[in-house]
Amino acid sequence: MSTPTTTDAEALIENLDRKGPMHHFHHALHKYPWISPGLVLLVAVIIFGLINHRFWAISNLSLITQQVSIVGAIAVAQTLVILTAGIDLSVGAVAVLASMVMAKTAAEQGVPGPLALLLGFAVGAAAGALNGFLITRLKLPPFIVTLGTLSIFMALTLIYATGRTINSDKMGDAAGILLWLGHPIQVGGFKITYGVVAMILLYVLFSWVLKNTAWGKHVYAVGDDPAAASLAGIRVNRVLFSVYLVGGIVLAIAGWIAIGRVGSASPTILPDANLESITAVVIGGTSLFGGRGTMFGTLIGAILVGVVSNGLVLAGLDQAYKVLAIGILVIVSVALDQWIRKVRS
Amino acid sequence: MSDLSSIQPVVQAKGLIKTFGRVVGLNSANLELYPGEVLAVIGDNGAGKSTLIKCISGAETPDSGQILIDNEEVSFKSSLDARAYGIETVYQTLAVAPALDIASNLYLGREKRKSGILGSVFRKLDHSGMRNTAKEQMTKLGIGTLQDMSQAVETLSGGQRQAVSVARAEAFGSKVVILDEPTAALGVRESNQVLKMIELMRDRGLPIILISHNMPQVFEVADRIHVQRLGSRAAVVTPKTHTMNDAVAIMTGALKVDEKDQALGPVRVPATA
Repeated sequence: MSTPTTTDAEALIENLDRKGPMHHFHHALHKYPWISPGLVLLVAVIIFGLINHRFWAISNLSLITQQVSIVGAIAVAQTLVILTAGIDLSVGAVAVLASMVMAKTAAEQGVPGPLALLLGFAVGAAAGALNGFLITRLKLPPFIVTLGTLSIFMALTLIYATGRTINSDKMGDAAGILLWLGHPIQVGGFKITYGVVAMILLYVLFSWVLKNTAWGKHVYAVGDDPAAASLAGIRVNRVLFSVYLVGGIVLAIAGWIAIGRVGSASPTILPDANLESITAVVIGGTSLFGGRGTMFGTLIGAILVGVVSNGLVLAGLDQAYKVLAIGILVIVSVALDQWIRKVRS
Repeated sequence: MSDLSSIQPVVQAKGLIKTFGRVVGLNSANLELYPGEVLAVIGDNGAGKSTLIKCISGAETPDSGQILIDNEEVSFKSSLDARAYGIETVYQTLAVAPALDIASNLYLGREKRKSGILGSVFRKLDHSGMRNTAKEQMTKLGIGTLQDMSQAVETLSGGQRQAVSVARAEAFGSKVVILDEPTAALGVRESNQVLKMIELMRDRGLPIILISHNMPQVFEVADRIHVQRLGSRAAVVTPKTHTMNDAVAIMTGALKVDEKDQALGPVRVPATA
């Protein structure tokens, strides 16, 4: 079967591949999928600054980090889910529900701050566990489950909050801890909040966990090929459930960041958080088909979305252009991902 | 040849019965695997060779019958149970996680952690340790050409991927390695590489069960050939005593083997590992 001609042809093709700079670029992208959004981010920062110098002002850059902090934190949970080849449409709703529980138990039941916070985390974990249970036990597709729980959690939040916003002055003694992540710190001329630090710590933590723990490897393996993972002795359902559970807790932290950033808890904040988090993950080079991607990429993706929204406003363009730009970025990112996946040695 | 008779089987299946509804998968099937040999299992589609092997690898539980490992009766509820006994399986489907690197795939589900607090509290994986042993393992099986153990498996050829699976099985299969059609998805050159790995494993004393449709391959590497037909063993032959045509005749029922001749004792003195 292996006649000399095929071997020659193979060698020829291999040589072609090896010599081209395109080949090296392809491989580099394959190994570090955050390179392309990183380049786009760099170009965007330069261009927006050239259009309007105020973009480069330290106060503006500080503002961007704060604008990114909530969706950035939500995107951590979304990355975990998408790495398992799932999707979570309920992320925003879970974060808002958790923040509402934190604020309302403190404001109306007089629950002490730390306990109110824990209650919020518990609600986030329970919401994640419900998603995980429906996906692993009832074997429903993540898209359908979270589409359903999106409505359920949104409705629960509205019913629980009776449609009202809880302002910081009503939170009593608990306001200190609930609003703590909104406190600014000065680093040079740069003004960031504890919320931004919290978001970055989430990225550092989960980046480390994904790279350095068996659980991290299993998350990738399950997203890559669940059948192969199962043959290798990984309990696929357990890993999936844990991802949604851990994601729920991360979302509660995002809800906490949101209280600090907005200064109140409202059932109607974060209307675009679901799609924006998916956008950040996809732009960051994580594959919607699971098994590949990095936390660092998502962070770049989230910042890129923040930079584009802020930059286009400063450039004097209508909000619609932001939506347009992000739509294009998403499609280009997914197309790029398809190409990257074709890599061969 | 006198020492051959004293050899006890490593794996023994006695009178296994397995039905799927009205379909009889195994009808009182027997199997013996002796130390240090390559036992090929052949049979037509539906002869029950897959079911037989799945019972031994824990993927299926027989309705009745016994499985003995070193003369000790065992009952496997899942493939994890079989693994605990040192039975590892390589599948034809190239069961690897493509995006993970070679070392991670070798240790998938059995990761090594760092010693000390880093490992016990922070659960940090021992990346360098796993890469080093992965490299040793791959070199031992004659695939030292792969240098970079942090290379993603999807950048490898089909043969190299299967080599990763075989290396994984060899690393953890202390008792038996089962290969289920390991070359079905591979080309000729890559198949030869896998066959060479099988011989290397056997020469180091590890008994192997090879399920294959490929007669020339079976006759090339097997010490004994178990012919499965209609849910039970029709005969055990060897490449020395029978031809491929004989084996096919037994497989299809054209040639009947007397019940008393259906078993065959060990033919190879195991290599001392």
